[in-house]
Amino acid sequence: MPLSDRRRYWRTNLKYLAVLLSIWFVVSYGFGILLVDQLDTIRVGGFRLGFWFAQQGSIYVFVVLIFVYVRLMNRLDKRYDVDEDG
Amino acid sequence: MNVQAWTFTLVGLSFALYIGVAIWSRARSTGEFYVAGGRVHPVINGMATAADWMSAASFISMAGLIAFMGRDGSVYLMGWTGGYVLLALLIAPYLRKFGKFTVPDFVGDRYYSSVARVVAVVCAMFVSFTYVAGQMRGVGIVFSRFLNIDINHGVFIGMGIVFFYAVLGGMKGITYTQVAQYCVLIFAYLVPAIFISLLMTGVVLPQLGFGSTLADGSGVFLLDKLDGLSRELGFDAYTSGQRSTLDVFAITAALMVGTAGLPHVIVRFYTVPKVAAARSSAGWALVFIALLYTTAPAVAAFARTNLLSTIAEVPYQEVPPWFTSWEATGLIQYQDLNGDGLVQYRGPNAELANEVQIDPDIMVLANPEIANLPTWVVALVAAGALAAALSTAAGLLLVISTSVAHDLLKRIIKPDISERDELIAARVAAGVAVVIAGYFGINPPGFVAQVVALAFGLAASSFFPVIILGIFSKRTNKEGAIAGMVIGILFTGAYILYFKGFHPELNNAEHWFLGISPEGIGTLGMLLNFAVAISVSRITPPPPEEIQRMVEEIRIPRSAGEAREIGA
Repeated sequence: MPLSDRRRYWRTNLKYLAVLLSIWFVVSYGFGILLVDQLDTIRVGGFRLGFWFAQQGSIYVFVVLIFVYVRLMNRLDKRYDVDEDG
Repeated sequence: MNVQAWTFTLVGLSFALYIGVAIWSRARSTGEFYVAGGRVHPVINGMATAADWMSAASFISMAGLIAFMGRDGSVYLMGWTGGYVLLALLIAPYLRKFGKFTVPDFVGDRYYSSVARVVAVVCAMFVSFTYVAGQMRGVGIVFSRFLNIDINHGVFIGMGIVFFYAVLGGMKGITYTQVAQYCVLIFAYLVPAIFISLLMTGVVLPQLGFGSTLADGSGVFLLDKLDGLSRELGFDAYTSGQRSTLDVFAITAALMVGTAGLPHVIVRFYTVPKVAAARSSAGWALVFIALLYTTAPAVAAFARTNLLSTIAEVPYQEVPPWFTSWEATGLIQYQDLNGDGLVQYRGPNAELANEVQIDPDIMVLANPEIANLPTWVVALVAAGALAAALSTAAGLLLVISTSVAHDLLKRIIKPDISERDELIAARVAAGVAVVIAGYFGINPPGFVAQVVALAFGLAASSFFPVIILGIFSKRTNKEGAIAGMVIGILFTGAYILYFKGFHPELNNAEHWFLGISPEGIGTLGMLLNFAVAISVSRITPPPPEEIQRMVEEIRIPRSAGEAREIGA
């Protein structure tokens, strides 16, 4: 694999990480901790929104984030021909 | 059948299942013993990782802690799940590509240093021993409460079972028994939760149930009712938080990063066949963990509501039977302070004095009884708690035996050891570790809970930064890594020891540095480790060419073989 491809592959990976980890931070530390009191003024059914993010929502988002990353990386591996089936 | 007969039956059946699985899947080589031959399907590995990770603390203690802490309990929910995002995105795929067997393997090779390897071995063993002692204790408590067996005999039985399949089966045996244990523990957790959700709100899914209206036709939301009850009895509203935002932030981060740095979790990702499988396996692990972790806060809210409405202002002669049976274990204590014969359970803001002390650990175990569920459900919870404790204990024992046989014996003391002898050494080490763990289970050090906080803090402030830098920064060298690990550990360890060991009377927000509790200090330790490792690396020579090439290789999935046999 040429050096320039290697660099581009790695840079794309880092870009994915930056975006996904920002979401990870916002739903847990953002919605569940820093902004929890503000969000608690909004109600969804019996839940206050901040409370819901802290005890439910953040966990669901975590699961989705991992599987999004799995898909993105599987595609990226194929595009740069570094996947393990090749 | 009564509760005890049901418990004997269900626990007996589940133990027979684990032993059967262990015999079917025993290990024949070091590769199978350490990493199950590197051929475990990612979904299966995810399930085993979930059982490995969810310990007696997750199963028995967590919902109880949340029930008493309300919104502040979210630190455990986010902290113990969010770490899997870090694992899947930043650690698991790269360590799988690296191959080999252990975390000290990576630290030692990446930082080309035996010192770094030994520091990592010591951390791994310390973290694992503190954990395993707690599991053995959990086993003992379940046996004594539900089977009326002496707590020490309970620990012996637990030791015997773990000894059998950990020593015989190694990672391969453990992986497949953990799959069975996951099924038992999740079934045992969900069944009572669904029952109670139906009873209280008429909604099947507990995750939705605790945000719904009560089934009594009043149209009041369960959480509003709980907030109201709490305030009436002088507690703070359940859905409000009391801890400072910075402290909640720090504790959550320490638990997340600690999770991603725990050796017995990381090593699970060496067992899958490919890098892509390591990524998806972490995702599956979190799916299986989330099933329990999204149910736990619902269980907590149900249990708290039931508790507040069943024992407030009841004449002591008429308290429900679970109250008296837990009183016998000392985990509920009642004292009629004002002599009116009524049970007053009150919070800190109430005018009347509180007369009841309740240990949060009993909430999950007592919940089915409090809600009047059928006896077989109560017995099921006991079997589930045992599955949770045993599966975690086995995973930890494996890390300890691998550290001794592989990291110390093979890599440092006697590199020319044959595979057969190494396998024997690994089994002997696992056996010795079981005995030591059992000793701590019977004679628990008075500071078990504190030591667990220390374990997370240490994992966060030692392993995590060194692993991340080892993958993402080619420039980080051995000087930086060792300095970072040592300073991170010393800072975190000293802070926790100061408040938990030497000056427990000063352990409050007024004296904490920046208002961060010992539980959250690992976050600062981690930042310190990063800062030291990066700056020391800058002023010392860069790592050798071949190490930089190795890092390049780790970043690319192709050519990841099976976990290599020893000697490769």
